[in-house]
Amino acid sequence: MSFLEYAPAPESTAILNLKAEYGLFIDGEFVDGRGEVFDTISPATEEVIARIAQADAADVDRAVAAARRAYETVWSRMSGSDRGKYLFRIARLVQERARELAVAESLDNGKPIRETRDVDVPLVAAWFFYYAGWADKLEYAGLGPNPRALGVAAQVIPWNFPLLMLAWKIAPALAAGNTVVIKPAETTSLTAMLFAEILQQADLPAGVVNIVTGPGSTGQALVTHDDVNKVAFTGSTNVGRMIARQVAGTPKKLTLELGGKAANIVFDDAAIDQAVEGIVNGIFFNQGHVCCAGSRLLVQESVHDEVVDKLKHRLSTLRLGDPLDKNTDIGAINSAAQLERIRTLSDTGENEGAERWQLDCTVPDKGFWFRPTIFTRVSAAHTIAREEIFGPVLSVLTFRTPDEAVAKANNTPYGLSAGIWTEKASRMLAIADRLRAGVVWANTFNKFDPSSPFGGYKESGYGREGGRQGLAAYLESNGWEAPSLSAGASAPSRSEKKSRKAVAK
Amino acid sequence: MSRLTVPKTYKLAIGGAFPRSESGRTYVVTTPKGEFLANASLASRKDARDAVVAARAAQAKWAGATAYNRGQVLYRIAELLEGRRAQFVDEISRSEGVSAAAAGAQVDATIDLWVWYAGWADKYAQVVGNGNPVAGPYFNLSVPDPTGVVAAIAPQEREGVSLLGLAAVVAPIVLTGNTVVVVANEDAPLSAISLAEVLATSDVPGGVVNVLTGSPAELAPWLASHADVNALDLAGAGVLASGSWVDLQLAAAETLKRVLPPVSGAPVPSLDRITAFVETKTVWHTKAML
Amino acid sequence: MTIDHPVALAPADRAVRLLGGDLTEKALRLHLEGLAGVDAVGLEQRAAGLATRSIKTSSKAWALDTIIRTCDLTTLEGADTPGKVRSLVAKAVTPDASDPTTPRVAAVCVYGDMVPYAVEALGALHGDPDAGLVSVAAVATAFPSGRASLDIKLADTREAVAAGADEIDMVIDRGAFLSGRYGLVFDQIVAVKEACRRPDGSYAHLKVILETGELVTYDNVRRASWLAILAGADFIKTSTGKVSPAATLPVTLLMLEVIRDWHRLTGEKVGMKPAGGIRASKDAVRYLVTVAETVGEEWLTPHLWRFGASSLVNDVLLQRQKLRTGHYSGPDYVTVD
Repeated sequence: MSFLEYAPAPESTAILNLKAEYGLFIDGEFVDGRGEVFDTISPATEEVIARIAQADAADVDRAVAAARRAYETVWSRMSGSDRGKYLFRIARLVQERARELAVAESLDNGKPIRETRDVDVPLVAAWFFYYAGWADKLEYAGLGPNPRALGVAAQVIPWNFPLLMLAWKIAPALAAGNTVVIKPAETTSLTAMLFAEILQQADLPAGVVNIVTGPGSTGQALVTHDDVNKVAFTGSTNVGRMIARQVAGTPKKLTLELGGKAANIVFDDAAIDQAVEGIVNGIFFNQGHVCCAGSRLLVQESVHDEVVDKLKHRLSTLRLGDPLDKNTDIGAINSAAQLERIRTLSDTGENEGAERWQLDCTVPDKGFWFRPTIFTRVSAAHTIAREEIFGPVLSVLTFRTPDEAVAKANNTPYGLSAGIWTEKASRMLAIADRLRAGVVWANTFNKFDPSSPFGGYKESGYGREGGRQGLAAYLESNGWEAPSLSAGASAPSRSEKKSRKAVAK
Repeated sequence: MSRLTVPKTYKLAIGGAFPRSESGRTYVVTTPKGEFLANASLASRKDARDAVVAARAAQAKWAGATAYNRGQVLYRIAELLEGRRAQFVDEISRSEGVSAAAAGAQVDATIDLWVWYAGWADKYAQVVGNGNPVAGPYFNLSVPDPTGVVAAIAPQEREGVSLLGLAAVVAPIVLTGNTVVVVANEDAPLSAISLAEVLATSDVPGGVVNVLTGSPAELAPWLASHADVNALDLAGAGVLASGSWVDLQLAAAETLKRVLPPVSGAPVPSLDRITAFVETKTVWHTKAML
Repeated sequence: MTIDHPVALAPADRAVRLLGGDLTEKALRLHLEGLAGVDAVGLEQRAAGLATRSIKTSSKAWALDTIIRTCDLTTLEGADTPGKVRSLVAKAVTPDASDPTTPRVAAVCVYGDMVPYAVEALGALHGDPDAGLVSVAAVATAFPSGRASLDIKLADTREAVAAGADEIDMVIDRGAFLSGRYGLVFDQIVAVKEACRRPDGSYAHLKVILETGELVTYDNVRRASWLAILAGADFIKTSTGKVSPAATLPVTLLMLEVIRDWHRLTGEKVGMKPAGGIRASKDAVRYLVTVAETVGEEWLTPHLWRFGASSLVNDVLLQRQKLRTGHYSGPDYVTVD
């Protein structure tokens, strides 16, 4: 046996104390759903982990009513500092139960324990810590004096970072003074249920956070509910479009964090070895199930061969397999449906003339797996260079000049993220200026921080999560007007102004 | 011994030029009492399309100008308006049917509005951007970046907004580096076209502000569904047929446009209107001594 | 031999092959300064990522033995005596008397004047580590500072080789490197390499110590690594152990990347030796992971990989005892030499 076939190093599941079945979390308690109970499985083994309740429209109604009640009677009347203390409590509880949450997430989502342990869960705690401190400082958030909470926030999150996306949504909403009804993705409800237990341990007032599990129809019932004031969604651009339509004409405030097709641009003067690491991290982190994944590698022609050679060499050290093994780099694809999509798009890539290279590794018999894949000879017209694959598939394109790199990078309806690799600072800054993307990573990739706003241009959605901007998405501004000018203009009445702002993007 | 006057032909303003509608159509602009004032161009969907093309072509360069420069350009507009004050007072009072004093107040408010927004050009980024103290060896900065091409429906009330409303929509859009296609007040479009003439003789690059006259009900759906429009300001869309601004928002959802809903009257100058059409861009870079 | 005119570079096959026959100071500078830069944050993150590998059971057992087999058991003190060297040799030959399956270390590493005592103490066990024997490595060239004339450095080297040293650990002139006199550094390495030649025409292996703690930046480390390889180094080595920081995982990773790039370019395999500061088995295993995932596990043999360490072996022995017996051992169960 070779050394590189590291002996199995599985993280123990003994730390988990899962229930066989989880109800909906409404008004501080686990309750039965009215829809049909469904299984949540491990995508690595296809074994059932637990049974999850399904919320129908009536359950959603109950959850929204609980959130409204909690908003009116408790949360909106509580001091900011007390709201903050609850969020600090939650952050600490997440840290205390970090390993348990990491194991549960890897089991349910299929992502490697190395990532849940070192990235997802630490960031969850960081997110609550960051926003906890905002709760009693809202007047400094840049929205003018006395910004107000919106009310009840309806939040729908994806399966790629289940607990982290929950934290991105819940932490700023509660800090700003809103109450929440959140729907986890159908295939990844488990850590949300553990999070509900954490809320009980934190003694968070009943109804401040409600969790309704179920399929897309549950989410639809939630975002279309008449009594929600805010809708926040992370997921595909198609569903985002649908939600934008459903929210149109209502006073609900909307933020959308949608798909991407990020360009990762490597110039010939780049620190090549670190660029290779960044490319790997950009597209193979979390099996490529990342909306901001660097799925289009734009490499300067003069270093194309070197970069691709080094990339393949580096990929050969990636280890695919059991998500709970501490040495696993590539875990399972989250679902059979997603695997099918990745396969179909990869086949399309090959059929359209791109050259496929795949990591030579064994794939477990059971579960959903896709070997890390690189397509070379990809041109901008290929389907795989345009559509979001949301899997471990990299398309390699070339460019000759900085202008060409920018033009190709921006040539997409998406605009979430981008990467730049160059040792030349002036060029980096100029390129960053011209990239139409909400997050630009220069000489790094896929870095996240609660203080750093995240979100897209164009069809990657609108609004930001993280930082002051992420807080503003859950507040109503009292405006910054030019006082001496207001009189001269035909100013609308105060009530008109209020209705106007409630629908701001 | 009154001299025979030379009436002006009011045309569209697209890409720095003043074309007639490609359709050849015009419509009669009158005073509120129905007296003939002018034949204005009745813009078509193809004019709207051309205007979007012009706005897109101008956008990158306008956004690439320094903020100081954009601020000066906007201030220059105020200077030129002041010099042509009499013309605007005349157009407004005749087309809105208001007194010279009321028209004068509107022109003054418009001039002050340009001055107010001009001053924001090199400041708003300091107010809405920030450095972020991320937990790691990174330089991390969030800066606002213009959304791109914005389509706008100017306020449509018969009285009080024909010039001020248009300016209150256009100024916050363009000061950040966006370009705009704006549909003027349908009933009182004359001062809008005259404003476009001011812009053309100031330092505003062609294509940054494109003014269409005609029917918002006809033009807005094309703009709302245009895939190369990034955002929609529906300020004046509230007067369209009942609830039809919602249809515009629905059309805008297809390409995830940013949308500002209708308001009554001229929008009050505010930072909110500036930030409505900017994107926050966050740039990370590694930091190390070694 | 003195180098009066550094631009007149001494020949070195590798450099001539890569840079051409016109081997000038300028050509060397252009080459070194044309190397891709290093992003420190990215490099350190990659090293940190490698350090998270979890090496268990059979892999751990193999790793622990490999650490011992590739160790240069070292004593480099002003207070070294023949007696101290003899007990070092005893430890090198029989690291753990309680367990005869324990491999021998690759070499003992001593000052030049201690070489005769090491050779004598090893006796018949002196030889190639691949054959289960123990080599003698000597630090030379006015170790650790390298601040002496070239004549003295060469004499230092020749003396150690004549006394039976199989390997010479030389230091580069960091002052010359930092002041941009790459040609001088290059020429000195070439000259020392020539001084490693034995009467029979064979050469003692040359390890070139960069003293990365004094070069400070990663860009410098990369350039110095290339420079040493071009000049003919058999091994490149991080540190003397006398300067802090000594070996670090990111520096070792970076040097291994240069070795990998050289191998891809020429097919030649250059060895790597981190030295100084590696005391715990857990750390040493991280180095092995870094080697295996950067240049490949075929590098994990004594001819291509060494640890320069003095106290590391004992920690490895404690870990071996734990693996064998199932319970934790203590420092009184390994020898202190």
